[in-house]
Amino acid sequence: MKGIYSMERQADVVVIGGGITGTAILSELARYNLRCVLVEKEPDIAAGTTKANSAILHAGFDAPTGSFKAKMNVKGNALYHELEKELNLDIKWTGSFVVAFDDDGVETLKELKTRGEANGVPGLEIWDGAKVREKEPNLSKDIKAALWAPTAGICWPFGAAQAFAENAVINGAEVLRDCEVTGITVKDGRVEAVETSEGPIKAKYVVNAAGVYADKISAMAGDNSFTVKPRKGEYVLFDKTAQKSMVSGIVFPVPTKTSKGILVCATTHGNVFIGPNAQELDDKEDLSVTSAGMDEIFAGARKLCPEIPGGAAITEFAGLRAASSTGDFVLGKSKVEGLLQAAGIQSPGLTSAPAIAQYIAEIIVGETGAEKRGDYKKGRPEEPVFRELDDEAKAALIKKDSHYGRIICRCETITEGEIVDAINRPCGARTVDGVKRRTRAGMGRCQGGFCGPRVIEILSRELGISVPEVRKDGVKSYMYYEKEGAAE
Amino acid sequence: MSEMYDIIIVGGGPAGLSAAHSAVKNGAKKIIVLERDREAGGILQQCVHNGFGLHHFKEELTGPGYAQRCYDLIKDCPEVEVLVDTMVLEVHDNKEVIAVNPERGLMKLQAKTVILTMGCRERTRGAIRIPGYRPAGVYTAGAAQRMVNMEGYIPGHKIVILGSGDIGLIMARRMSLEGCKVQAVLEICPFSNGLTRNIVQCLNDYDIPLYLSHTITGIKGKDRVEGITVSKVDDKMRPIPGTEFDIECDTVLLSVGLIPENEISRELGIELHPRTNGPVVDQHRETSMTGIFAAGNVVHVHDLVDFVSDEAEIAGKYAALTALGKNAASDRDLAVTPGAGVNTCVPQHLRLSSESEAVRLFMRAAQPKRKVKLSIMSGGQEVMKKILPVVKPSEMISVEIPAEKTAALSDDITVSIEEA
Ligand SMILES: Cc1cc2nc3c(=O)[nH]c(=O)nc-3n(C[C@H](O)[C@H](O)[C@H](O)COP(=O)(O)OP(=O)(O)OC[C@H]3O[C@@H](n4cnc5c(N)ncnc54)[C@H](O)[C@@H]3O)c2cc1C
Repeated sequence: MKGIYSMERQADVVVIGGGITGTAILSELARYNLRCVLVEKEPDIAAGTTKANSAILHAGFDAPTGSFKAKMNVKGNALYHELEKELNLDIKWTGSFVVAFDDDGVETLKELKTRGEANGVPGLEIWDGAKVREKEPNLSKDIKAALWAPTAGICWPFGAAQAFAENAVINGAEVLRDCEVTGITVKDGRVEAVETSEGPIKAKYVVNAAGVYADKISAMAGDNSFTVKPRKGEYVLFDKTAQKSMVSGIVFPVPTKTSKGILVCATTHGNVFIGPNAQELDDKEDLSVTSAGMDEIFAGARKLCPEIPGGAAITEFAGLRAASSTGDFVLGKSKVEGLLQAAGIQSPGLTSAPAIAQYIAEIIVGETGAEKRGDYKKGRPEEPVFRELDDEAKAALIKKDSHYGRIICRCETITEGEIVDAINRPCGARTVDGVKRRTRAGMGRCQGGFCGPRVIEILSRELGISVPEVRKDGVKSYMYYEKEGAAE
Repeated sequence: MSEMYDIIIVGGGPAGLSAAHSAVKNGAKKIIVLERDREAGGILQQCVHNGFGLHHFKEELTGPGYAQRCYDLIKDCPEVEVLVDTMVLEVHDNKEVIAVNPERGLMKLQAKTVILTMGCRERTRGAIRIPGYRPAGVYTAGAAQRMVNMEGYIPGHKIVILGSGDIGLIMARRMSLEGCKVQAVLEICPFSNGLTRNIVQCLNDYDIPLYLSHTITGIKGKDRVEGITVSKVDDKMRPIPGTEFDIECDTVLLSVGLIPENEISRELGIELHPRTNGPVVDQHRETSMTGIFAAGNVVHVHDLVDFVSDEAEIAGKYAALTALGKNAASDRDLAVTPGAGVNTCVPQHLRLSSESEAVRLFMRAAQPKRKVKLSIMSGGQEVMKKILPVVKPSEMISVEIPAEKTAALSDDITVSIEEA
């Protein structure tokens, strides 16, 4: 595959990193007459922090007033309310609680409310414990009061990044995956090209949205003004039966200096998770889950919600916060001309993404005078979801394309038609986990035991690759091998 | 509107096929078997080893061979249609069945009776919660078996198997024959969960070590498995700190048990048993809902397909009689409860009528034991007893209560296993 892009490629803007930040920026830039290319080192988008986080669209009262974090959060939250319909995003506007157990805690709630109002967060209220438990009956009886933020919600982060990428691609942007940036060429103080594992791409602008690697990317261009240190957060995910004994929304404890604390929170798929803790690391790849971490999370979560059904736990996972040395998002122009930073995007990065995207796009559009595209297409292609259709619509869909009459994932009732669509969509799935994240095939109780081999077969057929070339998720995550020298 | 079937059979594995054959023998005229896979035969199609059919067909067959036998019995019967590539989405209590198929689209079928024969699925990594990364190289033994035997690929080269269930043991041998190195089989229980003959033929004959009371406590590797950490466990199955050691491998196969596939049953609203995870059935394999029958691994996980066929023949017969309106009305309903030393017992109750009939009970022992007495009690009286040299949770025990004894039963029944 090496060198397939080695014919001189040119772009107005190269966006590095296919997380929520990079994809949102690409989608915003695609509104203009600009040639944009996004490069991502992994086989699929949203492979970094965007894959494993709390999935909360924060209201915006946490960050200090005036910081990028505060401004982007509040604006980003408002933008998601607008984009939800347009991009068909999976969001539930649940509202959020920060709960306090004593007088000190209640004082902190008041400070958060004042700060939130200064940040421009609408509708903040302080509720007493009884009112809180009316909404979330399983919360601790010891809760004295809570800060209620009605604009907060939960989302499906992969789906949001996918939506941004799809919208960008139908508007002419390119997404190159399995394409790792190895260097940035700078000439006379201005970026000239991006070197990648697939060859160089000439660029007028380079946007650095490389998550925990953003300091490395910046350094490639000669800007060493910040570092990014990973801070790991571990989680436990529970199955759908857990909601009735836990929560249906978002519940935080009173925050500490370094984090928002261990929370109890629902997901858009109807599950519940607890976590994250916070662990400073040097290794930018360490996503391991530790038993000490699990104990810490359970203890923290039990304070909020005493009855946690341990048996309903399905899986554990971890995410890496990209904590910058400046403490805030590193946004905007670098000392290297043409390099724009969207770095140190830790929480509330998911919420902030659409606002960060506008911020970056305004700079580029301001400097280049790029015009809006005349043929701009809103939204993205519809995603057929067989299980949600009524009988008549199901029958019609199968008649149109018989692949919809074959169920591949029996746990979630996902048809071959949906899997083929997920692969052939703009910026479609290339891996087994890519199919799973787009369609939910393999997310059910059998965890791919039944549909795994079939999904591999479909990927191989649709992508025109051999079965041993099909990967699970990461760059080298090959799954099956050719038989060699069998003894029989 | 839709035509009326005597019986709709959900699942075309050995249970479904055997039930169809028995239904024909008992007079049913219009039967359809719905199978989601590309061919009938169920899980047997991927079991290319020997050892099937000794009891039922009195002959040693491979898995596909056994499936073929079951299929041959019905393939020329005009009463039976087998529809493959067809997934049942819903079964309703009025015996309407909703299914999809690429050619026929969304189908609504109506029957007088339904037999559930959906089989079972494998428990997964999620259910056992191995901490660590999620690299490629972790598969259920059944998924790997399908890839090796039906698609012709191997899952890796250095293999560790977690769980000593039969599929795991058989895969240990299969992988060795494919030229792979099977490093170890790990079992969290102090005893194996597979048939003794499989331990001998699949592990001992290939010098594969079996570690009892051990489990995986860590998986190494980011994109692909590079190794595992193993720990010894205490009598509560908790890892003992300080006992960890590493095994190098690129593949972990999970064989941590099977669980009846009852999503359809659950949505239908029939009563499920918390221990078997399958429908509660009477001796005819009728569930808590009149006219809905169940048989095979969907009721309880069998260790031999032969018993699956036996059970399915019962279900097929009584579904046919019910569809034809020939089923004798029962005059007493007796519960069958597992007592001391017994984990599960199927059927869970007997609906007896004036027509006396022999009844076979299938049990699993709670603990491995030697020299035991199995006794069947009813109303304070011992109905039957049987001395057994050994019992193991992995090997199903079956006892038949003869017709003259069932005719006399009038009280609930308890079965227990005690040291003789
Ligand atoms: C525990 C935790 C909880 C969080 N909870 C929330 C929350 O509830 N709400 C919220 O708003 N935010 C939350 N966040 C923050 C949010 O998840 C992140 O801010 C956001 O996902 C960051 O997105 P990103 O695109 O900047 O980075 P990433 O998603 O990490 O994307 C960066 C991408 O760049 C690619 N890349 C790196 N180097 C190269 C290279 N050399 N060449 C090509 N590609 C490269 C990576 O592979 C990756 O795909 C949380 C974060 C964590 C860790």
